[in-house]
Amino acid sequence: MTVKQDEIEKIAELARVRIAPEEAAEVTARIANILTLVDQLQAVDTDGVEPMANPLDAVQRLRADTVTEINQREAFQAIAPAVENGLYLVPKVIE
Amino acid sequence: MNWEVVIGLEVHLQLATRSKIFSGAATEFGAQPNTQACAVDLAMPGMLPVLNEQAVRYAVMFGLGIGADIGLRSVFDRKNYFYPDLPKGYQISQFQAPVVGRGEFEIQLEDGSTRSIGITRAHLEEDAGKSLHEDFHGMTGIDLNRAGTPLLEIVSEPDLRSAEEAVAYLKTLHSLVTYLGISDGNMAEGSMRCDINLSLRPRGSSTLGTRAEIKNVNSFRFVEKAIRHEIERQADILEAGGQVVQETRLYDADRDETRSMRSKEVANDYRYFPEPDLLPVVIDEAWVESLRASLPELPAAKRQRFISDYGLSTYDAGVLAASRPLADYYETVVEGCGDAKIAANWVQVELLGQLNRGELELHQSPVAATALAGLIRRILDHSISGKIAKQVFEAMWAGEGDADTIIAARGLRQVSDSGALAALVDEVVSGNPAQVAQYLAADEGKRKKLAGFFVGQIMKLSKGQANPQMVNELLNQKLAAAGSDGES
Amino acid sequence: MHELSVAQLSLGLREKQFSSLELTRRYLDRIRALDGQYNSFVTVDEEGALAAAAAADARLAAGETGPLLGIPLAHKDIFCTRGIRTSCGSRMLDNFVPPYDATVTSRLREAGTVMLGKTNMDEFAMGSSNESSFYGPVHNPWRPDCVPGGSSGGSAAAVAARLAPLATGTDTGGSIRQPAAFCGITGLKPTYGRVSRLGMVAFASSLDQGGPMARSAEDCALLLNAMAGFDPLDSTSSELPVEDYSAGLQQPLAGLRIGLPREYFGQGLDAATGERIHAALALLEQQGAKLVDISLPHTGLSIPTYYIIAPAEASTNLSRFDGVRYGYRCTQPQNLHDLYTRSRQEGFGDEVKRRILVGTYALSAGYYDAYYKKAQQVRRLIRQDFLDAFDAVDVIAGPTTPGPAFALGAKGSDPLAMYLEDVYTLAVNLAGLPGMSVPAGMVDGRPVGLQLIGQHFQEARLLNVGHQLQQASDWHLQAPAGGEQ
Repeated sequence: MTVKQDEIEKIAELARVRIAPEEAAEVTARIANILTLVDQLQAVDTDGVEPMANPLDAVQRLRADTVTEINQREAFQAIAPAVENGLYLVPKVIE
Repeated sequence: MNWEVVIGLEVHLQLATRSKIFSGAATEFGAQPNTQACAVDLAMPGMLPVLNEQAVRYAVMFGLGIGADIGLRSVFDRKNYFYPDLPKGYQISQFQAPVVGRGEFEIQLEDGSTRSIGITRAHLEEDAGKSLHEDFHGMTGIDLNRAGTPLLEIVSEPDLRSAEEAVAYLKTLHSLVTYLGISDGNMAEGSMRCDINLSLRPRGSSTLGTRAEIKNVNSFRFVEKAIRHEIERQADILEAGGQVVQETRLYDADRDETRSMRSKEVANDYRYFPEPDLLPVVIDEAWVESLRASLPELPAAKRQRFISDYGLSTYDAGVLAASRPLADYYETVVEGCGDAKIAANWVQVELLGQLNRGELELHQSPVAATALAGLIRRILDHSISGKIAKQVFEAMWAGEGDADTIIAARGLRQVSDSGALAALVDEVVSGNPAQVAQYLAADEGKRKKLAGFFVGQIMKLSKGQANPQMVNELLNQKLAAAGSDGES
Repeated sequence: MHELSVAQLSLGLREKQFSSLELTRRYLDRIRALDGQYNSFVTVDEEGALAAAAAADARLAAGETGPLLGIPLAHKDIFCTRGIRTSCGSRMLDNFVPPYDATVTSRLREAGTVMLGKTNMDEFAMGSSNESSFYGPVHNPWRPDCVPGGSSGGSAAAVAARLAPLATGTDTGGSIRQPAAFCGITGLKPTYGRVSRLGMVAFASSLDQGGPMARSAEDCALLLNAMAGFDPLDSTSSELPVEDYSAGLQQPLAGLRIGLPREYFGQGLDAATGERIHAALALLEQQGAKLVDISLPHTGLSIPTYYIIAPAEASTNLSRFDGVRYGYRCTQPQNLHDLYTRSRQEGFGDEVKRRILVGTYALSAGYYDAYYKKAQQVRRLIRQDFLDAFDAVDVIAGPTTPGPAFALGAKGSDPLAMYLEDVYTLAVNLAGLPGMSVPAGMVDGRPVGLQLIGQHFQEARLLNVGHQLQQASDWHLQAPAGGEQ
C-alpha cells in the first residue's frame, strides 16, 4: 500500500503530532517503509479466524460498586503545568 | 411542500452508581472541582480501568425493561479524539457489541394515544469532564469530577415524527429509568442529556433526508424548542431549493436557536478499536433471569392495572403511574380509604396542586399518603363534606395535625342530626317569605334554581357543616308542605 | 559482596555478616564510580535507598526474614515510584513525579527491597537498542561501543555491571529478553497477566508484561516470587494462584522434551551465535532432555503483526500525554491545538512519533479491517502454532536474538533493520507466553542468550531449565571487565 504525504499529514493531525514541513517527506517515506513491511499480512488467509484481543481469551471481572478513592487533588495538581481554583487550565476552548 | 419530520434521539443517561464506571472515585454531584477525580479518572500514566458491576446490572435492567436482546458478550472499545475534558484522549465506550440490543417501548401522547418506538441499542460508556469557560485570564478551566461517571447511551430508531412525540418519548424514558431505579433522572444535574438527529422529507417519501445533529440538549422544554426551531430552519432551506448540510449543531437556549459547531467534525475519525485494558464482558444467563425476576412493575403495566383494577381513565392512570413514588403514594391512599376514584381525584388535584404551588417534590409533601387516606375516609363516612375537606387538607398541609384532630379542633364535623337541620330549614324558610312565594309560583324547571338560594342560606347558617343531602331532603319536604298549606 | 547471588546476600544479611546499609552503600558507591561509562541509571535515589536500607536493617534486627528483605534493586523507569521521577525515558515525563506507586514497586517495597534508582530505557519502551532514550544511550558493559539492547537496556546493563543485583524490566516484544541476552544476564518475561500492569506506563496494553532481570535463574525466581500475583486493579491480571518459583529449580531435566523451531535456526541467524545456542542445548541434552524438531509456521508473520498491534495500541495509550494534567507542556501555547501538537512534537522523540503515526494510520477509517483486525486474526494463528507445538514438547528453545549486541548507531537510522532484531521474541508476546533468556556464551566478547519459551503460566518450568543449565555452565557468572573500583 502506498501512502501519500498529505495522508500522513492528516494522520499527524488526528494524532495531534506536529511534523515540521521540512520533515514531512522523510517521515512519509519511513512510514511507507513500515507499511510495506506490514503489508505482508494481506496475503494471509484469515477467513473465519476470530480476532484475538487478549492472549488468554479471558473475560472481564467486575468490581463492586464502592467508593474506594479519597480526594487527592492537592497531590495530583502539584505536578500539573497550570491550575487555578482547583481547575486545570488550557488555552480557551472555543465552541 | 408538506414535510414529514423524522427524529431519532440519543439519550445519555447517567446511571445511579455510587462509584465511577472504571474507578473507585465517588460520583456525587456538586463536589469541589477535581476532588472526585482519582488517578484513573485523570488518566495518570499506568492507570487501568476496572468495570463497575452495578453499571452492568443497571444496563441489563434497562434492556429487560424494554424487552431488548441482552448482549451476553459485550465489548468495550476506545473512541479516540482529543479534547481537554477527555483525559485519556479516548472515551471508553461500546461500538461493535453493545450490552443492550434492539428493543422497543410504547410512548403515550397528550391525547392518550400510544405509539411504539424502536430502540436500536443501548451501550455503556464513560462521561467526560466539564470545561468551564468563565474567564481565567483567557483560559478554560477543566473539572474532571464527572469524568468516568457511567452513562447508558440509549439510541432510538428514527421513529419520532414531531417535537411532541420526542418529548413524550423522553418522558416515558424518564419514567421507565426512575421506576427501574437505575438513574435519578435529575435533568437539572445533567442526568439525562439528549442528542437530536433530525431530518425532513416530503410526506410520503420513504428515503431519509440529510440530517443535522443537535448536541447536548438537557431539558424536555429545550428539546421541544430546539426541535421546533430546527424543523423551521430545515424547511426554510429546503423550500428555498437548498440542501441541508450534515453537521453537528448546538442549541442555544438563550437565543432559542441552533447554530453550527465549528465543522471540524468532517475530519473526525474516532479510530474505534477494542479496549485492550478491558476484556469482553460475559453475562451469565442465570444472572439475567434473576434480574428479570426482580424487576419492579413498570409504568406501562402499572398504567394498565390502574385502568382495569381501579377504573381510572387512561389520562388519570397515565398521570398517576408516571413516577414510581407518585404511584406508590396513590396506592397507599387507595388502600387506606378504599375508594380509588376519589383518591385519584385528591392526589391529582389537591396534592399535586399544592406541590406545584410550593415547588416541592413528592417526598417533601407535609401530608403523608396515610394521612390523606384518613381525610378521604371522613368524606366517605359523611363526617365532613368535600368542601370542608379542602379546608382540612390545607390545615394538614400547614402542619396542624391529622384530619380527625383538625375536624375536632375546628368543630367541622358535618351536622346530620335531622332535628337540628329541620330547625335550620324552618328558620330560613320562615325568614324568607317572598322567596318562598316566588318559589311556589314558579314552574318545575325554575324551582330547582330557586331552591339553591335556600340551600345556600342554610349552609351559611350552619357554617358549611350541614349535611347537604339531608338539607335537600328536608328543604324539599318543607317547601312542599308550604305549597300545600297555601292551597288549602 | 557485589558478586554474591541474591540468596547469598540474603543469607549474609540474616547472619549479620553485613547490614543492608553496608550493602546498599557498596552498590551506591559502584554506581557513582562506574555508571558514568554505562549511563544505565537515569535517577539514583541515594537518600531513599539509605532510608530503605536502614528500615530493612531494623526489620532484620527484629527477626524478620524474607528472601528480599534488605536486598538492593533497580527499577526500570517505566514503573511509577511515589515521589521519585518516572520519566519513561522521555522528555514528556522528564518532570513527572508520580504521587503513587506501581503495584510492582509497592509489592517490592513491602518485601523489603531497597530501591537504588531508576534505570534508563528506550523512550516509552519503544526500541531494541536503548538509543531512543531522552537521557542518551546506554553502553553495553561488555563492549561499551555496543548497545545493551532494549528497551530494558538500563536494567540489563546495571545488573551485568554489578551495579544492582536485581532489576525490574518490561517486555512488549522482547524488551527483557533481548537486553538480557546482549548483556549476558538472565531475564524472564512472564505470562501475560501474571504481573500487574498497574502503574507501569503503558506501551501496548495487550502485550506489555513486567518481569525480573538478574544474573541467574535462581535470582530471577526470587524476584518473580515478589512481583507476580493477582491485582484487582488490573482487569487483565490473572487470578490463578502464584506458585513458589524457587521450589522447582532443582528438578532434574530427565525426559524433558525441548522443541527446537526450525524457523528459529534458519536464515538470518548469525552462525557463531547458532553454534553457542547448540552448545547450550547440548548441555541440556546431557542432563537427559530430549531435543525435538518442531515448526512454528507463522513465525515470519510475527514482525508485521507486532508492528501493527503494538503501534496501534501505543498510539492511543500515548494520547493522554497532552500537556494538560502532568508532564511536558510547550511554552506559551497559542491555542488549544498548539498546546497539543507542540507539546507532543517537542515532548516525544522521533521513534515514538513514528509509531504513533503508524498506529494512528492502522486504526484510521478504512484501514481498521485491513490492519488491526487482520493482525489480531494472524495473532491467533501465531498463538495456535505454539499451542499445537506444546502438544509434543514441554518447552521451546532457540536463540533470543539473531546475533550478539550490535554497535551503537549501527541501526539507529533504519527502523526496519531494528525491527528485524526482534524476530525471535515478538511471537512470545503475541501469544502471551512466558519467555526467558539465559546466558549461553560469547561471540567476539559479546554475550548471546538462549531463549526458553513455556506454556502459559509455566514460568516455574522455564526457571527450572534455566537453573539446571546454570548448574552445568558458568556463562552467567562471567563479569564484564572494568568493574573494579
